[in-house]
Amino acid sequence: MRRWIAFWSILVKDMRSYYLKPPNISWGIIFPLAWTGMFFIRSGSGLESVLALLPGVMTISILFGTTSMLAVTITFEKRSRSFERLLLAPISLEILMLAKTSGAIFFGVVNAFVPIVIAAFLADLSGIAWSLVIPAIILIGIASTFLGLFIAVSVSEVFEAQTFSNFFRFPMIFLCGLFFPIMSLPVFIRPLSYIFPVTYGVDILHGAVNGEHIMSFTLDFLILGGFCIILFVLSLRNIKRRWIL
Amino acid sequence: MKSNSLPVIDVAGLIKRYVEVLAVNDISFQISNGELFGFLGPNGAGKTTTINLLTGLARLDAGTINIGGIDCTNNPKAAQHLVGVVPDESNLYPELTGFENLTFCAALYGIRKNERQTRARELLDTFGLTDAANRKFAGYSKGMKRKLTFAAGIIHQPPILFLDEPTTGIDVASARQVRQIIAELHRKGTTVFLTTHYIEEAERLCERIAFIVNGRIVRTDRTADLLQPVKGKNVLLLSVSNGEAKLSEEMTSAFPGYQFQSTTSGQVRVESAEPVSVGPLVRFLEERGIQVTEARRHLPSLEDVFVQVTGIEAGLMMKEKEKAGGGGNQ
Repeated sequence: MRRWIAFWSILVKDMRSYYLKPPNISWGIIFPLAWTGMFFIRSGSGLESVLALLPGVMTISILFGTTSMLAVTITFEKRSRSFERLLLAPISLEILMLAKTSGAIFFGVVNAFVPIVIAAFLADLSGIAWSLVIPAIILIGIASTFLGLFIAVSVSEVFEAQTFSNFFRFPMIFLCGLFFPIMSLPVFIRPLSYIFPVTYGVDILHGAVNGEHIMSFTLDFLILGGFCIILFVLSLRNIKRRWIL
Repeated sequence: MKSNSLPVIDVAGLIKRYVEVLAVNDISFQISNGELFGFLGPNGAGKTTTINLLTGLARLDAGTINIGGIDCTNNPKAAQHLVGVVPDESNLYPELTGFENLTFCAALYGIRKNERQTRARELLDTFGLTDAANRKFAGYSKGMKRKLTFAAGIIHQPPILFLDEPTTGIDVASARQVRQIIAELHRKGTTVFLTTHYIEEAERLCERIAFIVNGRIVRTDRTADLLQPVKGKNVLLLSVSNGEAKLSEEMTSAFPGYQFQSTTSGQVRVESAEPVSVGPLVRFLEERGIQVTEARRHLPSLEDVFVQVTGIEAGLMMKEKEKAGGGGNQ
């Protein structure tokens, strides 16, 4: 019970201190809007392309929302030494980091629903398999958050975390099938797509929204879950090795 | 509170190396239940590293740590529920108020809402911060930050408390208040591990003191026993113009009952078992062209013992004190 009091308090504090601040709320709304608008303008297509774009915009919203926030919050707390106070608490590192990342996961999931709400006004969403979309959004949120965590605990400065994040994020946008099908990529680049966790999340979303997917949903969920575990374990290892000197 | 002999902290052969620097070099000590134990040494001696090793913020390279009967050597988290830590720098959340910081820290120890709010109010009152309870921590003065950090360290009423330079860099009144609170906690039975480079603070508060220099403990003893050799000695400090160093030998033969020592700060330290007569000494020096600007009787203290044992001049510690800008010594 005691550890869950600590867990909940860390989560609530982070939500209040970081995620529910007006600049972050507006970022969560403006960012997906900007991406949606950009792709409409670029493609020159009409409202019929909303469903085709939706999985990509949802994924990007989650990816940028989670990784950007963690790069700031974790690195900032490490720099200001307030993270030490958490390390001194009688809770396991696993619980502590789950508490620190739960806010970002929640923020990412909420971000994913912004394009869905917008799309609801522009297109018919009745054909979407929500039983696949919801768990996929949550898993993409967890995987992206843990990727952000892995980046944040691998560097010392906030600007390093942001730079390092972009090193992963931008190749992902083009290689994960967000907006261009993986099969349309040159053959020698295609294997790169499969090293990114969001590739599998996007595959589920494409299947759930448009009925087009490359792998089986079970395999997608298993691999995405595997990425979550690996990234979390690697992040904990990095904290122990780099932060507890 | 009189400490009993049961060791509540038992450390043996602690070694910690940071790349080329041996920060802690084979340190061993035991602290009894309810004892106020001081770790005294200059900056960079290894005091903070030792606390970090004991509290799980640093990994040890060798040695064993037992806290509250729990072997923490390989699992530093095991005894964290018994321990409170007041670090050398404030590490609370700038965006939270004083009250929020305290209740958050209490929640980290699993304390329920009503209890943590009551406890936070009590501590804000104890530290004289009630009026600032709803102000953001970022807007606190240095002394207020230090006091709130102290309060956060004891919010869960830990039986063992680690204090890392608790009065460094704060004003005289705050330092005095913090020392009173340390004494009160000790009186109530809390085991306190206190690091400081303020010699007089250690002398005033601690039952037992370890001198640490360059990562090694050079002496550990009860404060009363450390002071024994200097007790009853008469010391006179003469502030003089240049040239006294070469007269040291001449002075020793002219005043056989006295011991003379020149310090780097331009003082001659005269030590004797009998009261020192100032007049003949001043005349002796002035006849040789050395001007005496001040003659001051000095009450031998732990500082003298520290200088004797470690070879580190008190002046060096004073400079650190000034650099820290603090009122720790008043």
